[in-house]
Amino acid sequence: MSGAREQVARLLALVPYIQARQEVPLEQAAADLGVRPDQIVKDLNVLWFCGLPGLEMGDLIDVDMEALEGEGVIRVSNADYLSRPLRLDSSEASALIVALRALREGAEDDVRPIVDRTLHKLEAAAGEGGAVAARVDIRLPEQQARVDELRARLSGAVDQRRQVRLDYYVPTRDESTRRVVDPLRVVSAEGHTYLDAYCHVAEGQRLFRLDRISAAEVLDTPVERHTDLEPRDLAAGIFQASGDDLLVTLRLSASARWVAEYYPVEHTRNERGGGLTVRMRFGDPALLTQLMLRLGASAELVEPLELAEDVRGAALEALANYS
Amino acid sequence: MTARKSERLLNLLITLLVSRSYVTKERLRTVVEAYREAGDDAFEKMFERDKEELRSLGIPIEVGFLDRAFEDEPGYRIERSAFELPDIDLAPEEAAVIGLAARVWQHAGLAAATSDALVKLKAAGVSVDRAALNVVQPQLTAEESAFEPLWEATRTRTPVRFRYRTSSAARAVLRHVQPWGVVSSRGRWYVVGHDTDRGATRVFRLSRVQGEVLSDGPPGTFDVPAGTDLRAITRSLAPPPADRTAEVLVRPGAGHGLRRHAEPLGDEAGAHPGWDRLAVRYGGSDAFADEVLGYCADVVVLAPAEVRESVVRRLREAAGKQEPS
Repeated sequence: MSGAREQVARLLALVPYIQARQEVPLEQAAADLGVRPDQIVKDLNVLWFCGLPGLEMGDLIDVDMEALEGEGVIRVSNADYLSRPLRLDSSEASALIVALRALREGAEDDVRPIVDRTLHKLEAAAGEGGAVAARVDIRLPEQQARVDELRARLSGAVDQRRQVRLDYYVPTRDESTRRVVDPLRVVSAEGHTYLDAYCHVAEGQRLFRLDRISAAEVLDTPVERHTDLEPRDLAAGIFQASGDDLLVTLRLSASARWVAEYYPVEHTRNERGGGLTVRMRFGDPALLTQLMLRLGASAELVEPLELAEDVRGAALEALANYS
Repeated sequence: MTARKSERLLNLLITLLVSRSYVTKERLRTVVEAYREAGDDAFEKMFERDKEELRSLGIPIEVGFLDRAFEDEPGYRIERSAFELPDIDLAPEEAAVIGLAARVWQHAGLAAATSDALVKLKAAGVSVDRAALNVVQPQLTAEESAFEPLWEATRTRTPVRFRYRTSSAARAVLRHVQPWGVVSSRGRWYVVGHDTDRGATRVFRLSRVQGEVLSDGPPGTFDVPAGTDLRAITRSLAPPPADRTAEVLVRPGAGHGLRRHAEPLGDEAGAHPGWDRLAVRYGGSDAFADEVLGYCADVVVLAPAEVRESVVRRLREAAGKQEPS
């Protein structure tokens, strides 16, 4: 159904693309335009029957089929009226302008003027189509530039299959650790970028949040083969509870309901007065203590009760520093 | 079949594009072969569909009258200036910037839109060589399922309705919104708009939208007030700049996360043996107290008083002690 529409869209780019360059090898056109070579040949065959109204001799668009079949080169003539591509529509213009603005936010001082000039020219060419971009605002996190640089370096290590030495900060244990990992891939989820890797210290697959990596050195040593590892399925969220994790029940007051959004919870029940009872898992009891101290009176540990004693003990110990 | 139809669409397009005046349906029927061969009803149907398909590609087909005095027979044309991408002359490094920008979106729909834009620019003669510039591009992700419908609604100025749960509410409530704009802050997406039930400007976090986002009227049915400043409306979403300084004590070998934004102060004449005294930069008092509490007994706040009191209050609560009155 939509085949003809898509074909016309492709031709409205292909014809000016060729004319702007006189002639182009088929393979290069395919790479530039993101269209398979055999599809380009099919599209060119349509063009042969198109032209000025009436389609008399000399009115038709001329495609050099001999050059195409012989040298694999595309030449098109007699199509002056299709020398420019179609305008950017508002979704194309706004997506590209917003992407440029994100690039600008993260750019170094020497590149920003180039991005500004590009934005200016693109906005002028897009006209009204780009107007909606004014209603999009992108604020990158503070550390974004460093994270972007790390992402590029670690992605390179993934592609070259080389080991990486990481200095990594583990907040739950308040430790800065050094380890050698076999990088598997770089992924984004829930507003953060992670390195999925096999860690030789932990002897297992781990996720490393990029903003917590203080140093990353790509080593010359190749990664070890890990045939048993599969990329994590992040659809269910970055925290993947395991059956060994501590199962905890918390009663949250209305002001602490945000906990259920930031941590994966297994079960929630609304309480009178806007409160919430949640059941959730913690891989590390230290994380539970940290959370409970932060929440103060707005959370109560219902189960397991013996951990409530640990939390109280930690609070008293810290409180002693202030007496 | 596809090829025949593509020919017909292109020939219609070319006819309307090269004509200086409006082209009547009658004339189109004589110059476009497929129309000539069709019966009256078939032609009408075919022509209506073809016009809509071309328009759906963003091709502006205008309708007008050949003779203003006799508005009986409408004609059609494509105004070249509205059809063509204007000249865009990019230096190699500017073209490289465009190439990098085309890789920023990690969202399938938006990534496709940028690729389409890039193809049009290449068709306009732009040569994209990303290597011409050594820049690491950021990535924009949008995992929230409400992102695409709300982006589209913003783009087309379409009122929407959706179920939304605020952070402290027990259940989701149906909201009616005119979306003015979308904002990304710290990796999360928000929509800013006029809440028609409350008659006021509101900011909605997309991850709190539950279920589907539905249209609540035709596109273009509201205007964004002139001078609307998204950044000003959403200022509270950004963390305050870390321009304040606290004085803290940290156990040696602990507080690694804190030390990353701290300077050593030195021990004033051995007043705090067994501790490192640090000056820590921070933004919001509550967020900083949260951070300190994460270190339990390894970090003590000396100043300012408001952070110290916030920490002590919560420790007392967690210890089961009442605030002294």
